[in-house]
Amino acid sequence: MNLNKKYALFLGCVAPARYPGIEAATREVCKTIGVDLVELEGAGCCPAPGVIKSFDQDTWLAIAARNLALAEKQGADILTICNGCYGSLYDAAHILNGDPERLRAVNKILEEVGMEYGGKTVVRHFAELLFKDITPENVKANTKRSLEDMKVAVHYGCHFLKPSKIKDLDDPERPRILDDLVEATGAVNLNYRDKQMCCGAGGGVRSGNPELATKFTESKLKSMKEAGAQYIIDVCPFCHLQFDRTQKDVKGYDLPVIHLAQLLGLAFGVPANKLGLEIQEVPVKF
Amino acid sequence: MVKEPNPQFAIEVSQTPGGETLSLCFQCGTCTGSCPSGRLTSYRTRKLIRKAQLGLEADVLESPDLWMCTTCYACQERCPRGVEIVDIINVLRNKAVAKGVMSEEHTKVGTYFLQNGATIPLNEKYEAIREQLGLPRRPANVLGDKKALEDFQKILKVTGFDKLLEEKK
Ligand code: SF4
Ligand code: SF4
Repeated sequence: MNLNKKYALFLGCVAPARYPGIEAATREVCKTIGVDLVELEGAGCCPAPGVIKSFDQDTWLAIAARNLALAEKQGADILTICNGCYGSLYDAAHILNGDPERLRAVNKILEEVGMEYGGKTVVRHFAELLFKDITPENVKANTKRSLEDMKVAVHYGCHFLKPSKIKDLDDPERPRILDDLVEATGAVNLNYRDKQMCCGAGGGVRSGNPELATKFTESKLKSMKEAGAQYIIDVCPFCHLQFDRTQKDVKGYDLPVIHLAQLLGLAFGVPANKLGLEIQEVPVKF
Repeated sequence: MVKEPNPQFAIEVSQTPGGETLSLCFQCGTCTGSCPSGRLTSYRTRKLIRKAQLGLEADVLESPDLWMCTTCYACQERCPRGVEIVDIINVLRNKAVAKGVMSEEHTKVGTYFLQNGATIPLNEKYEAIREQLGLPRRPANVLGDKKALEDFQKILKVTGFDKLLEEKK
């Protein structure tokens, strides 16, 4: 399959610096399904929709606009592999692409570094692209190794589907997008209590109030475990980090975290040593 | 900061992008009932919105409650009045930070963001892991591009983000 659109891969902060396996897996999976990736050269932090936007909205918007402008210059849409990056860049594009006055204000700032944003960049999430353009049927068709021996709990996170008023991807209370993609690999997808609940890391809570973040995470780990899950599937490196690192302190769950790109890598037959799953805090044992 | 109710405060919030829907709240409590943070702490979303409506400026901006929200949107999705709760909380947090109310940990994240163009460091351990996985040691973004980082920092100067961190109490 070949999609005729070019995508600039937006790495964000967490994936390249803490879970490079997610980055490597994304590149491998995109190769398999024929998604043409280019580097988003010079990109910076998205910036984080929790911490940085909480500190200063105008800074948040200007830095996001810089990233959007970089992609525009390359004639590419942005592809994110993180809910936080998606949240920030999608929201910023939504504001700027529809509001000439705020676009003008932001361009005044970008002018200082010789840049301009024309209000054209489209921002997409890896999981959304997979669901809409590749489709679960094609995921199934590309699956070389059925993952039927894996019992998984799917975690959507917050900024992928919400706020649904501007994203309109799926029902935010009972979504199917990820469930359908995961089931296409043959994995056994388990339902569990509080499936739509947040991991606890966002909004500056992990950095500012780590005990509270841990309480969120432990509550989710508990219900996943009770449902019989062996693995957590997510689509966000920050949720990923939260679930993986919290299990360093909170013992007894032994639930390795697998990003959708890594899961598809396994299903598509990408060599396991290219997915980085055995070097996480809770490693996947092959 | 003004301790008495300050009606001007609520007006200011409503006039800031993101704060427009503040007055729509009719105190049903659906937000509190949906809030995972409220389930684990004494933070109550409905009360925070009410205090903002009443212009209880110091109470809102100085309370640790303001930083209990993970921006999960559970409340906003369900609010029957279409109150953009997360956006309002963001506006309130911006106001707190502008007045110098910012935790040490958050100041650290902000400083890191300013210095590196990213919120977390890429160190040698992970550079080696990147290499093992067949990736370049440093990616093609600000983490590996000096000119890009300079541009990034210039923007933060123009928006005054650097000053914001300096001026905090
Ligand atoms: S759900 Fe909406 S209307 Fe109800 S109390 Fe919360 S903010 Fe107010
Ligand atoms: S967005 Fe914040 S206030 Fe609303 S439900 Fe989530 S944690 Fe609670």
